[in-house]
Amino acid sequence: MTGDLGSENRTPADKAIIRINSLSKNFGAIQAVDGVSLEIQAGEFFALLGPSGCGKTTLLRMLAGLETPSAGSIVIDGEDMSRVPANRRPVNTVFQSYAVFPHLSVLDNVGYGLKVTGIRAAEVRDRAEAALDLVKLEGYGARMPDQLSGGQRQRVALARALVKRPKVLLLDEPLSALDAKLREAMRHELVNLQETVGITFIIVTHDQEEALSMADRIAVMDRGCVRQVAPPAQLYEFPTNRFVADFIGSVNLLEGIVSAVDGAEMTVQAALLAAPLRIVQDKRFVPGTKVWVAIRPEKINMTKLETGPTLRLDDNNQVEGIVEEITYLGDFSIYHVRIADRPEGLVKVAVPNFDRATLRPFIWEDRVILRWNPNSGVVLDS
Amino acid sequence: MKVRHNARRIQPGPLEYTRRAWMRMILLATFVFLYTPIATLVAFSFNDSRRNIVWRGFTTKYYEKALANDGLIEAFVNSLSIAFVSTFISIILGAMTAFMLWRFRFPLKPLYEGAVTLPIVIPEICMGVAMLVFFARIGWPTGLPWPLNLGQIAIAHVSFSFPFVAVVVRARLASFNPEIAEAARDLGAGEWAVMRDAVIPHMRPGLLAGGLLAFTLSLDDFVITFFTSGPESVTFPVKVYSMVRFSVTPEVNAASTVLVVITVTVTALALWIQNKQSSEARG
Repeated sequence: MTGDLGSENRTPADKAIIRINSLSKNFGAIQAVDGVSLEIQAGEFFALLGPSGCGKTTLLRMLAGLETPSAGSIVIDGEDMSRVPANRRPVNTVFQSYAVFPHLSVLDNVGYGLKVTGIRAAEVRDRAEAALDLVKLEGYGARMPDQLSGGQRQRVALARALVKRPKVLLLDEPLSALDAKLREAMRHELVNLQETVGITFIIVTHDQEEALSMADRIAVMDRGCVRQVAPPAQLYEFPTNRFVADFIGSVNLLEGIVSAVDGAEMTVQAALLAAPLRIVQDKRFVPGTKVWVAIRPEKINMTKLETGPTLRLDDNNQVEGIVEEITYLGDFSIYHVRIADRPEGLVKVAVPNFDRATLRPFIWEDRVILRWNPNSGVVLDS
Repeated sequence: MKVRHNARRIQPGPLEYTRRAWMRMILLATFVFLYTPIATLVAFSFNDSRRNIVWRGFTTKYYEKALANDGLIEAFVNSLSIAFVSTFISIILGAMTAFMLWRFRFPLKPLYEGAVTLPIVIPEICMGVAMLVFFARIGWPTGLPWPLNLGQIAIAHVSFSFPFVAVVVRARLASFNPEIAEAARDLGAGEWAVMRDAVIPHMRPGLLAGGLLAFTLSLDDFVITFFTSGPESVTFPVKVYSMVRFSVTPEVNAASTVLVVITVTVTALALWIQNKQSSEARG
C-alpha cells in the first residue's frame, strides 16, 4: 500500500543532485539544524515544510552558501560544496523579500548575475530578455522595481535566479507575501515553470497546502530534524510519527497498546475505548508496544444512533458518542464528538455537506456512532 | 484654507492650533527673532553708505568691491579648497565608520560609537584649543607653500565633520535589506562587487546628504579654524572677522551674504535629499 503511492514518484538514489550528510548548524546554544541527511533528485520539486523556527530556512541558507554548516557536508552534483562560498555555487535563490535591486531596471536586475561573472553585454541582454519572457514579463525590461507590483517583483526575482541556469533553484517562502488568489495562481505557475526549465526546485514553506499541492516530495521538519520525507499523498495517508500526522492536516490520536498481531492485522487496545481496534497496515509492532492510532476526521463514518442499545462490546472500530460542538466550514462541517468523559475524549469527524436542505444532519447532543475501516487508521509508535 | 463653521464647538485638532491668534503671534515672533538680523545683514549689503548705519540708497558697488579685494578672494578660495578636501575625506572616513558600526560586532562597540560622535557634542572652543596644542606638540611644519599650508585646518575640519557623515550614513544603512546583499552574492558577486553593487547604491543618498553637511560645516567654521590657521592660511570667516575689527563696511555684509547664500543652498539640498530618502524608505 505504501509502495503504491510512492511508486509514481522517483525512488531515492535514482540520481541525487544534492546529498546532505548529517548536516548541523548551531547559533550559540541554539541548535537550528540537527544532523539532517537528505537526498534530493535531479529535476525534483522538493519542499521543506515545518513550523516557524524548525530550521528549514537555515537548511536552505546552508544550501545557498549563506550560512556555514557547523558539521556535516553538502554535495551538489558530485562536488563537496560545504565550504564553497555562495557566489561560486551552481545554486540560485529567490529570497523571501525578493531582494530586487531597487536602483537597477528590471532588465539590469535580471542580467546582473551574468554581468557580474563577466559575460559579454550582448549575451547578457539576450539571456535576460529570454528569462523575462519565461516569467511572462516581456516588455517590462525598462521599468524600475518601484513601478512593479509585488507579484511582478517576484517574477523578476525568479527570472534573475533562473537566468544563470543553476543546477538547483532555492525558493524561500516565495508565496507568503502574495494575496490568496495570486498565491494559488503562482503555485500552478511555479509547477509549470519547473517542468519547463527542468531545474531542481527546493522550496521552503510553512504552508502545508502549498507543499502538498506543488512538491513531488516533502521533508517535514521539526526542531532542526527531518521527521519524514515522502510524496504528498504518502505523507498524508501514511505518516510515520505523531508530529507529521498532526502537522499535516487534522488527525485524531488514540493512545493504546498493541495486544495482538495476526498476519496483516494488528489489534490495539485503546485507553479510551472498550472494544479493541483492528488496524491493517504494512508496518507491524510487537504486542505490548505503546502506540497511537491516528485516524483522519474525514475517514470516520458518522451515523445517528436510534433508540435502544445497539453497540455490542466486541464491535471493533466503532464507538458511541455525543455531538458536542459543530464547526461549519462551507464544504465540510467538523463535528467534535465526545466518546469518553475525559479531556482527550473528543474525536473530530469531518462530514461533507452534501445536501443544502439538511443543513444540519446532526445537531448538538445527538447520540451518534462512529465507524471506520481497519485500513483507515495508522498505528504510530513515536 | 477650508473653514469648518462648526469647528468652534469641537476640540481643535493638533494642527488647528495654528488658527489661533496667540499661536500665530508666537510663530511670527520666532521668525522675526531668528531672521531679522540676517535680513538686515543682507539688506545693508546693498546700502550706499560707508559707515553702514543709516540707509542711504541702493547699490551693488560693495559686491564689486568685495570681488576686487584680493585678501577676501584668497580667503574665499582657501575656504572652498579646505571644504572640498575635508568633505571628500570626511565622506570616506564617515562611510567606513558607518559601515563598520552597521556590519560588525566587536568588543566595546558602544564605547566606540560614543567616542566617534563625541566631536559633535564637544564645545568647539575646546576642539580648537586641543587642535592648536596638538599641532604644536607634534611640531606640524609651518610656512609650507599653498595649498599644503591649509593641511592643519583641513585635518581639524575632517575631525569634527566626519562624525556627522557617519551618523547620517549609519541611519541610512539601518533601512538596508540584508537580503539585497545576499542576493548579489548568490548571483555570483564577490565581497567587493557586493559592496559596489548592493551596499554603496543604498548608502548613496546618505553619503550625499552627509557630504553636503560636512561641506557647510567646513565652509563656515570659525572657532576651530581660528586656532589652527596661520597668517598665510586665512579662511573666509576668519578674514571677515578681521575686517569687522576695523570697521563694519557694506563690503563685509556683501561677503557674508554670499556665504549665507551658499550655506543655505547647500543645507537645503542636504535636507531635500534626506527627505527624499526617508519618503523612499516609507515606500
